[in-house]
Amino acid sequence: MQNNFSDIIAIILLTLRVSGSALLISVIIGISLGFFVALREFPGRKILIGLINTGMGLPPVVVGLLVMIVLWRAGPLGFLEWIYSPIAMIIAQVILATPIIAGLTLATIQQVPQKMIWQAKALGASGWNLLWLLIRETRLSLLAAVMAGFGGIISEVGAVMMVGGNIRGETRVMTTAIVLEAQKGNINFALILGGILLVLSFSVNFGLTLIQQKVKKS
Amino acid sequence: MKRFFAWLLLVLFLFSAPSISASKNLILATTTSTVDSGLLDVLIPLFEKQSGYKVKTIGVGSGMAMEMGKRGEADVLLVHSPKDEEKLVAEGFGINRKPVMHNDFVLLGPPNDPAGVGSFKSAKAAFGKIASSGVLFVSRGDKSGTHKKELSIWPAGTVLSNLWYLESGQGMGTTLMIASQKRAYTLSDRATYLSFKDKVRLVILSEGDKVLLNPYHVIEVNPAKFSKVNAEGGKAFSGFIVSASTQKVIAEFGKEKFGGVLFFPDAK
Repeated sequence: MQNNFSDIIAIILLTLRVSGSALLISVIIGISLGFFVALREFPGRKILIGLINTGMGLPPVVVGLLVMIVLWRAGPLGFLEWIYSPIAMIIAQVILATPIIAGLTLATIQQVPQKMIWQAKALGASGWNLLWLLIRETRLSLLAAVMAGFGGIISEVGAVMMVGGNIRGETRVMTTAIVLEAQKGNINFALILGGILLVLSFSVNFGLTLIQQKVKKS
Repeated sequence: MKRFFAWLLLVLFLFSAPSISASKNLILATTTSTVDSGLLDVLIPLFEKQSGYKVKTIGVGSGMAMEMGKRGEADVLLVHSPKDEEKLVAEGFGINRKPVMHNDFVLLGPPNDPAGVGSFKSAKAAFGKIASSGVLFVSRGDKSGTHKKELSIWPAGTVLSNLWYLESGQGMGTTLMIASQKRAYTLSDRATYLSFKDKVRLVILSEGDKVLLNPYHVIEVNPAKFSKVNAEGGKAFSGFIVSASTQKVIAEFGKEKFGGVLFFPDAK
């Protein structure tokens, strides 16, 4: 009964929704942050870089715990009633993926030869033009950063379990469903879900890879 | 242009999650056993249909469920840890505690029963024999109702040495798997054991003792303490689960799937 087809479809859609939204937001924040830190000089820059690099390995359960405390009714953002909702899961995933994307973007941009930037500037590129040029030039590595961020959140279980509550039909995603089914002893069903998750992850990454490799040829 | 629409569609898909009016949300904090057994998958849709509330069922250990009640992070609790429940009510965090149903705990062990506890009628005596023989015992170790029950059974003065006493810190299902793999003893609620029977090499060695009864109560979180608690929703759920028709559903649950009743209705 709990293994029926429509349940699985709902779980897959929610997984794509939550991780997709989280990825989109993390990409926007992470890439902007990476560019900013790579190209600007400001006080505390080294500390910020250190923080971003630490953030690349944030323990998901700690993030989950903190997000849970903040979103709880008694917490500072409790009035929003976001706890145990997909939004809470998205927030946790954004916190996990943003540093990964920012850190890899930062490393990518810092590797661009300074000469190239000077040359572009000499040719009249400035501001947004320069930014666009850098994005085009480093697209291979930037897409790898996006894939790393996606990998971090689609496979994550501890944080989304805590802040989402694993509610059937509402906040149950692939990873938390697998944990639940394994706990129930439905090993076969857990394995099937695991297989679907791998296929899902492969499809998304393959799509990104196609974009990445297309860029390489042109 | 085509690409733009593709992106637009993607963004719409991502951010179109249905929103539900907040006051109709009801947070039910309960134990993993009621979720894992599938009972709530039957009861919650019935309640939602009758009342119009949207229930957020959070399945955690009884310890965590009670803590959520204490902090006003849940509206209603369905738990099985009587001593803590009485304390919760005495401290004013919970109100209207009502009996809902019970099942019972069983002492499980390897089929060859290396500690020789199978002959004891008293659960306490069986536990004492395990402790003195030093055969492995796997405890939940997570402050759940099952863990609390187990701790209350050990004869006074038993030293729970980690030479033979292992704490899994996980749910009942996982703990059964560990006990089976380690050829150890463990205490489980009957419902979870029945659903795992085919997957583990564990048999019932002691059952039926009065101390092994496992009663579930429904408790509303006190709205006088926490202004954000959904008092009406909590009351509605409490009334629903002790109603005659729901109690009948509980009594029938599991007959088809497990060939036996998992929970015995207790509400008067």
